[in-house]
Amino acid sequence: MIALVNIKNSRTNLEHDQKKESEIASNRKVIHLRVYRKNPKQGKSSHFDKFEVPVQRWTTVLDALLHAKGYLDNSIAIRYSCRMASCGSCGMKINGIPRLACYTKVSEIDENIITCEPLPNFPIIRDLVTDFSDFFEHHRAMEPFIHNPNADIVDKNSLTEFIQSPKDVERYLQSSYCIKCGLCYSACPSVGTDTKFPGPQALAQAYRYFADNRDDATQSRLDIVDTKHGIWRCHFAGSCSVVCPKGVDPALGIQLLRGHLVSFSKNDKKLAESRTRSLGKI
Amino acid sequence: MLMLKESQIMKIHYISGVAALFVVAVHILIRLPVVTGMPFSMSLEYENVVANYQNIAYAVLLESMLVLIAIHGFNGLRIILLEFRQNIVWENGVTVFTLVAMIALIAYGTRTILIANGLG
Repeated sequence: MIALVNIKNSRTNLEHDQKKESEIASNRKVIHLRVYRKNPKQGKSSHFDKFEVPVQRWTTVLDALLHAKGYLDNSIAIRYSCRMASCGSCGMKINGIPRLACYTKVSEIDENIITCEPLPNFPIIRDLVTDFSDFFEHHRAMEPFIHNPNADIVDKNSLTEFIQSPKDVERYLQSSYCIKCGLCYSACPSVGTDTKFPGPQALAQAYRYFADNRDDATQSRLDIVDTKHGIWRCHFAGSCSVVCPKGVDPALGIQLLRGHLVSFSKNDKKLAESRTRSLGKI
Repeated sequence: MLMLKESQIMKIHYISGVAALFVVAVHILIRLPVVTGMPFSMSLEYENVVANYQNIAYAVLLESMLVLIAIHGFNGLRIILLEFRQNIVWENGVTVFTLVAMIALIAYGTRTILIANGLG
């Protein structure tokens, strides 16, 4: 009887070991990494290089790319920094979708071949590195700072306090999470056809400062986006909101700004402004 | 050059679109055999069409339909063309072209109504 129990136990132990081994084996799978290669300075046509990279369940696409760069081909150009979706440097098109390489696990793609390409709608500097000059130019054009004459610090003793209720903050909080990674810009079909179109990121920032009740430049902000190639050229594809790694909804911000421009929306901000002023008088 | 803000143009675009939907719906309802009291093919005969143009209320409906659809359609065309190229010459050219084409179409359609009423 005891011998029978022992045999049973050893069998279950064997099964357990085999299961563990297969789990480890499945964790250590090898994927094929296809990396877009182009060096405009050399004038050669673009091509894809294929690398076999060992990955585990927790390996990110950035880890896989760094493995390829570290052990297989050190000439691969990648831009990255924080490795935790905070800096927005490692944006690229992974299997056809703009994503952050550090925020995309190989296991979640669920394919054996992972194709990495540079972000569309950006000029290529080299391989996966793109030029963000136009993107930041559009961002700067939105004047991404608070305009308020009372906020100028001239005399440190007379610092002004701008009280905001949680509701006031809620109006723009989501848009302030933007890390300027450019994924929304690369996913936008309007940016692809119209080079003067500011793009979802810049327009979402325009909304962020417009909705901030500490800001006094309401009309000038609307004037900046109310141009031939401004906010009206958005066709509401919504892809910007889908690809955003920080959960920002630029498409919503654009529609809300449009509502204000055609006076269909109730101007909550104006109400907030007048409330602050009346509080100040008291 | 037309000095309207883009938001003002788009407001006109939206309003003309919704209004055009309304007048076209009224137009289709009026054309129904139940309302006209004659088969659809007969209502499109020359005399009947001229009679429609001579009915002031119907002529106003047709004219407003023409104006609304021309404004909405040509502004839509302007928006599409603006996205092809981004330079001042092209942008101004597109604006002038669509404006002139819109006025020409409205003038031609209005002329038809006027001729039918013996005013042309």
